[in-house]
Amino acid sequence: MWGENLINNYEELNDMHIDVLREIGNIGAGNAASALAMILNEEVSISLPRVQITDFNTAVNALGGAETMTVGVLVNLSGEAQGMIMLLLNMEDAAAILSMLLQDKDEEKNATLSELELSAIMEIGNILSSSYINSISTLTGLSINISVPYIAIDMAGALMSVPIIEFGSIGEKVMFIEECFSAEENKLASNIIMFAEIDTLEVIMTRLGIEI
Amino acid sequence: MSELLVVGISDYKLARHPKVIVTYALGSCVGVCLYDNQTKIGGLSHIMLPDSNMFPKNEHTNRMKFADTAIQDLVRDLVKMGANRFRLVAKIAGGAQMFRTQPGSPIGSIGDRNVFSARKTLSALNIPIIAEDTGSNFGRTVYLNLETGTMRVQSLSRSVREL
Repeated sequence: MWGENLINNYEELNDMHIDVLREIGNIGAGNAASALAMILNEEVSISLPRVQITDFNTAVNALGGAETMTVGVLVNLSGEAQGMIMLLLNMEDAAAILSMLLQDKDEEKNATLSELELSAIMEIGNILSSSYINSISTLTGLSINISVPYIAIDMAGALMSVPIIEFGSIGEKVMFIEECFSAEENKLASNIIMFAEIDTLEVIMTRLGIEI
Repeated sequence: MSELLVVGISDYKLARHPKVIVTYALGSCVGVCLYDNQTKIGGLSHIMLPDSNMFPKNEHTNRMKFADTAIQDLVRDLVKMGANRFRLVAKIAGGAQMFRTQPGSPIGSIGDRNVFSARKTLSALNIPIIAEDTGSNFGRTVYLNLETGTMRVQSLSRSVREL
């Protein structure tokens, strides 16, 4: 599709490529953090982005234990960039965000979320991914479509396996850009991670005038 | 509990009793347990993708990633360890669709395709599937107890199943 691939797998990304990806993550997550700050009406800070190029098992365990119950919101990227964005929250943080959003005084932490609560979390995932991708679109001039958000509450490892299967078909490693959001006042923390196809990374680098 | 042997993604392990083999948090991946109840030798494979022919193969291809090649290789290694090829039975679990997606979305179907390919490969090898806990929308951790051949499936949203 793009002629001969210059980068065939994630292991071939060099330090300069990784710096560029880190900056992309910084811009994307920065934008998403502003959106989250508006929703929550409080200051939200982001960690330094981490670009991880790891084997599948490290990726599964990268965000806590494989069996930890986690809320995941996934959006699929298509158009001129192929990838996925996933927002991961632990149950306590999901409940805290919901109580802020829905003015819910129910402190009881339930293992299940109602339909309304699920849609609220999905909407947050939607807004964060859209702001993340908008900034990358603006930066690169690429036209990127994002799918509706999909939600699941399950073992962190089982959720992570979805992008790993999608982007781990060739080679033994996957690449993802990861940041952690935190909202001081409410002691919230959540992770946003982006996976992209190797061809997409090449296109992004080319658009930014980086030699591959 | 007996000594645990942990299987990662795109990996398989085999052993004899009294060991227990485990693989954590199968989502759309499929876990295939093979067991010979006389020698009490068995193996567990954590398969990521249905078919090794989907991608160009080279010497670096990890055969344990794909249903077709992983199962063939596990059978070969079990026989090498002393299991009887004709006594092997299979139990499979996993292949869920983790996210509720729109119909026709390619993300949604990978679990089904993994299960389908595992069944097809086992059938071609004449290995009967005597228990199965696949599909639906939740993650599973799978233990294979080599003393009994029992496959134990644990999920967050459901009680433990012993198959």
